[in-house]
Amino acid sequence: MHIVVCVKQVPDSAEIKIDIETGTLIRAGVPSIINPYDHFALQKAIELKKAHKCKLTVISMGPPQAKSVVQLGLALGADDGILLSDRAFAGSDTWATSYIISKAIKKIGKIDIILCGMQAIDGDTAQVGPGIAQHLAMPQVTFCEDIKIDSKKIIVRKLIDDGYEIIEAKSPALFTMIMPKDFEPRYPAFLDIHNSLEKPYHQWSMCDIGAQEQYIGLKGSPTQVDRIYPPPKREKAEMISGGVSEAVEKIVDIFEKENFLKI
Amino acid sequence: MITVLNKCIGCGKCVPVCPFAAVQMIDKRAVINEACTLCGACVQVCPVDAIIIEREDPIHKDFSAYKGVWVFIELEHIHKKGKAAGTTIQPAAKKIRKVAYELLSEGRKLADTLNEELCAIVLTDKNTGYEKEIGAYGADKVYLVENSELEEYNTDVFSTVLVALINRHKPGIFLYPATIMGRDLAPRVAASIYVGLTADCTALSIKDGLLLQSRPAFGGNIMADILSPNSRPQMATVRPNVMKLSEPLGKAAVVIKEDIKIDKSIKRVKVIERKIVHDKLSAKIENSDVIVSGGRGMKDINKFKVLEQLASSLDGMVGASRGAVDMGFKEKSRQVGQSGTTVSPKLYVACGISGAVQHIVGMKSSDIIIAINKDPNAPIFNVAKYGIVGDVHEIVPKLIKAINKRVNSR
Repeated sequence: MHIVVCVKQVPDSAEIKIDIETGTLIRAGVPSIINPYDHFALQKAIELKKAHKCKLTVISMGPPQAKSVVQLGLALGADDGILLSDRAFAGSDTWATSYIISKAIKKIGKIDIILCGMQAIDGDTAQVGPGIAQHLAMPQVTFCEDIKIDSKKIIVRKLIDDGYEIIEAKSPALFTMIMPKDFEPRYPAFLDIHNSLEKPYHQWSMCDIGAQEQYIGLKGSPTQVDRIYPPPKREKAEMISGGVSEAVEKIVDIFEKENFLKI
Repeated sequence: MITVLNKCIGCGKCVPVCPFAAVQMIDKRAVINEACTLCGACVQVCPVDAIIIEREDPIHKDFSAYKGVWVFIELEHIHKKGKAAGTTIQPAAKKIRKVAYELLSEGRKLADTLNEELCAIVLTDKNTGYEKEIGAYGADKVYLVENSELEEYNTDVFSTVLVALINRHKPGIFLYPATIMGRDLAPRVAASIYVGLTADCTALSIKDGLLLQSRPAFGGNIMADILSPNSRPQMATVRPNVMKLSEPLGKAAVVIKEDIKIDKSIKRVKVIERKIVHDKLSAKIENSDVIVSGGRGMKDINKFKVLEQLASSLDGMVGASRGAVDMGFKEKSRQVGQSGTTVSPKLYVACGISGAVQHIVGMKSSDIIIAINKDPNAPIFNVAKYGIVGDVHEIVPKLIKAINKRVNSR
């Protein structure tokens, strides 16, 4: 079996602050990390690889510095790594991104399982995984918490609104993973990082994967960003003054006026 | 292509606004590196218009045949009551999810602006008079596909049917709920027919005849307006509990039965078990009209519990900020905000919540927000309608007493 796991490098959103005065992002010194959902997908893929002796390829798309998330995948146990990087990819929306990644996966050859994080924390779209599946005409199961291989079948646990479903799929298929609450990301030991430098690593361009220029980058993206702006400010609250007892009575007046009190 | 022209004055305004840290100042000139996604944030702030993004001329396609606003109607199973937690349940019947009415209410406004029809798309094994409820929220038509293969949601089947309907009727706009189902389905359809899809929108409007889709990014730290000018339909998933419901009307939508053959063999995955976790705790916070939420300011889990009494005296439910959930005051299912649930109750009482952006994006569309916080500069007061500066541990118990006194005196 051959598993491909798709990972993305993202700015650590927990570190992003907003400048109250200008309403802009303060990006200085914000570290880049592997998207946490992808980290979970990667660890699940490594578990499957160990249990079933699969081949594991880690793939990412991004600027040259995104090599670090591919190398993290290699150091944690992937067999080979691919970075899709080309100036022509810049400005790709979710449609173009899923097209590019699907072209790269086609180039890899016969694939049995594709794992993605359910979404990236910088865009929150959850659209690239299903897009890849569609471009490759593969079935998909999104928002999975767990994945197992049972002889020829793939069994996943998918989150639904008020519980979960156990779903059976045959390979090849794509799954997007949502991390459970108790997920603890693992990081490689120094020796693993050192050894991973010997593993096969490729950087592929538009030409390498045979992507058509009209479907990639800004030009190939059906969505366009019209404007980026800080969230709108609101009017300040009407402050209720006076002592505590007085303020409390005023709130109860509001509750009464708006019919929130039980009859 | 993004280019910095020679007229760049090196003012540096474009550096901090870049969400991707792709702009650097080198020799008093902006230089854009490979991390650039061409989002245009820098273009907007440049005082001398020195940064330009060139997009090749769109091929002028004729979209005049694409008309109408479509809404995908998500149905949910009604489960039999009284089942113990964790048991497998056979669904009893289906009903329309509330988010479908929100989308219809919003879709009606868009359709009126464009002077076009609002159409609802229903895929089901059995129509149980959905056209009445759908018409009540403004739809003119229901395109109904009734087929036994549509009893359960299946990505392959639903996306195939929708692509067939789109090709047949050519809608201008197609809205989906940003739910587990909608977010599985819409990107599949978009990839298949090569159209733009904007995820998780919180506002929609019409700009020059195009659908302007607004959505938060970076955990709600910035907003982006998105257009899909060169493909039809213009598709978006819309976050539940953000759009306001319209007043129901007394009219039914016209049902148009669509004959679409569904080959069983296109189903490639199989649900072998479904477990519904049914207990008191699973009552959904997004459906509550009144929410009393607590933050870190509640100090500890025991002090947090006073909020249960306040919520109960207002017939509401208790929510929590991420901070309070992280500290174990309340379970994750009650977390309000970006990484929790978005809510828009009639009343939201925020107790000891400072109001991080991530929290505010999840509750700001509540009708009335009342905030209690000891810090007069807490950002929560920027979204609240009423604010009280004071000690939440003193105010909340007094508030509960005052409510009870008032109720009893009536």
